[in-house]
Amino acid sequence: MSLLEIKNLHVTVGGHEILKGIDLKVNAGEVHSIMGPNGSGKSTLAQVLARREAYKVTDGEVLFKGKDLLAMKPEEAACEGVFMAFQYPVEIPGISNAYFLRSALNAIRKYRGGDEMDAMDFLPMFREKLKLLEMDEKLMNRSVNEGFSGGEKKRNEILQMAILQPKLAILDETDSGLDIDALRIVAKGVNAMRSPDRAMVVVTHYQRLLSYIIPDFVHVLLDGRIVRSGGPELALELEEKGYVGTENEARQSAPTSA
Amino acid sequence: MSTNVNAIRDLAERDYKWGFISDVEEERVPKGLNEETIRLISAKKQEPEFMLEWRLKAHRHWASLEKSQAEPKWANIKYGPIDYQNIAYYSAPKQKPGLKSLDELDPEILRTYEKLGIPLAEQKMLAGVAVDAVFDSVSVATTFKEKLAERGVIFCSFSEAVQKHPELVRKYLGSVVPYTDNFFAALNAAVFTDGSFVYVPKGVRCPMELSTYFRINAAETGQFERTLIVADEGASVSYLEGCTAPIRDENQLHAAVVELVALDNAQIKYSTVQNWYPGDKQGRGGIYNFVTKRGKCQGVSSKISWTQVETGSAITWKYPSCILQGDNSVGEFYSVALTNNYQQADTGTKMIHLGKNTSSTIVSKGISAGHGQNTYRGMVKIMKGAQGARNYTQCDSLLIGDKCGAHTFPYIEVKNSTARMEHEASTSKIGEDQLFYLQQRGLKTEDAVSMIVNGFCKQVFRELPMEFAVEAQKLLSVSLEGSVG
Repeated sequence: MSLLEIKNLHVTVGGHEILKGIDLKVNAGEVHSIMGPNGSGKSTLAQVLARREAYKVTDGEVLFKGKDLLAMKPEEAACEGVFMAFQYPVEIPGISNAYFLRSALNAIRKYRGGDEMDAMDFLPMFREKLKLLEMDEKLMNRSVNEGFSGGEKKRNEILQMAILQPKLAILDETDSGLDIDALRIVAKGVNAMRSPDRAMVVVTHYQRLLSYIIPDFVHVLLDGRIVRSGGPELALELEEKGYVGTENEARQSAPTSA
Repeated sequence: MSTNVNAIRDLAERDYKWGFISDVEEERVPKGLNEETIRLISAKKQEPEFMLEWRLKAHRHWASLEKSQAEPKWANIKYGPIDYQNIAYYSAPKQKPGLKSLDELDPEILRTYEKLGIPLAEQKMLAGVAVDAVFDSVSVATTFKEKLAERGVIFCSFSEAVQKHPELVRKYLGSVVPYTDNFFAALNAAVFTDGSFVYVPKGVRCPMELSTYFRINAAETGQFERTLIVADEGASVSYLEGCTAPIRDENQLHAAVVELVALDNAQIKYSTVQNWYPGDKQGRGGIYNFVTKRGKCQGVSSKISWTQVETGSAITWKYPSCILQGDNSVGEFYSVALTNNYQQADTGTKMIHLGKNTSSTIVSKGISAGHGQNTYRGMVKIMKGAQGARNYTQCDSLLIGDKCGAHTFPYIEVKNSTARMEHEASTSKIGEDQLFYLQQRGLKTEDAVSMIVNGFCKQVFRELPMEFAVEAQKLLSVSLEGSVG
């Protein structure tokens, strides 16, 4: 059984159909990259998997660990192990990063029938992950994302992922707005989390990120459909020919669809 | 987005938890207000002549106001006429006079306070908080009295203070809030039945937090208590006040007065968690909370700090204020006011700068949900002689849903050009993106809402004593239930 199985997914936003029949299987241990130009539906796919409610699923199904993901509320999906690193991380004034993360971790542990983790056990783990992402300890007590630089926000997303240890991590344009040093650190954090029982879906415009996080599979999303799938070499080809060139090739080589 | 809205709405259907009624035998005077009522109350309390005189003068003033204009009309609140003749002005649990220990207290009252989480029995008082409990019109128990007395701190019911320390009462009663101050202050002065009295002598730091717990229990009564706190030169005291009431369909009136006096170098910190019954989801019932609170920084370098968390009452009308008379004196006001369902709050502060180099800080956080209406009303007045005065005001509103309202009326009056004034204000809505972010990390909608709101209130909560801050956070979460996203 695949960890994630998307079948014929159709999604509309504000009356416009954005995803027009997506099929995708992701197994544990795999890293998939979804690439495509602006407006192709990449972020929509990520948001739907994270269960954002503004997106309306009109057809298809999504199974996560064999369960109906589309029937889950966002917090249920999160507790089941779905994590999304946000393209635009949100500020929560007055709530410290450490408190927020411990609350989230404990909500998930509670959902799974485990014990809550107290601050004494939490803080050493938190410090260790901060080190991995080369983040200042001061960020523990700062309000969530408030006054963080763009790079700090993105690193904070990966920090959260490292602490919450999801089964499926969705990275929604985590590379956008990152300088090369920050990109390297983020990639290091992500790579440290690759494991045989975890899958990742990396959504990005550019091949750049994929030189640091080498995917097992690359899918090209155009106008709401996956038009090509391949190995990491596909990302390089895209970089060279652009999405439009790839689209033309896809049209020529695509089997006649029903 | 709409699912979020529904989830918040569902979550808000939690009920007021403090709404039980205690079955206590009560003694009350007949409904209605006239000179006879006042003589009766005064006689029941065996008050000295000066008290009766003062009450009668207050009543005459109130009666004249009632004839002409009745209640002040400037506040941004709406309510039907209050029938002052249909209220019982004195209700007390029946008990043997002159309780010697808590054991003699009606067990039903003890149980009530236990349900509220106020342990009255001294052996349970591990937290080191001395409590005065006011049940309807009278004060039923004051804990830790002896321990405080060792330091010369007087902490007792107002009635007891009138009997045992009439000279102090006479000197300070009405010195900050005279009975002519406003309609409700006049009413309170005429009919107030009990309250707390604190005197901290020269140079003494009060060794523990002092606390009063107010409970309205009886039906068709009003509660009119009066608190007077005097911190003598170099003294300091921290005082906490909590309030609850049972669920009743009719509106009940609560018109209290609090006066604080800080002499040279004295400090008073006054914290309130107000959770009177707010009325039901349709806006039926609930407490009308018309309260006058004012502190006078009479001495040099004195400081008065108000912190309030207002989550209850159908109507809240209160403006804890500071008169900064002594040079270098400091006034502070930290407020969280939440209105949900049909609650209305018009609250804020007045900072009157008279002395040189006086400074004041105002931080107000208003949260409106449901059909709630939340108004901040503040006045900062720098008088001619207040050379080098400073004020910082920050006033933030948070809206949950689209049927509530937030209003801000800041008045600034400066008569000395050396004054420095800062005013910041913001209005925001709980964003769908904030909610989604927290939910995506595993938090339930209600926990996400309460986390966002608690973060918004952080600046105020950190001014509260520790146990109270935790209490306030929980209270806020409960009060938000049923709010519309």
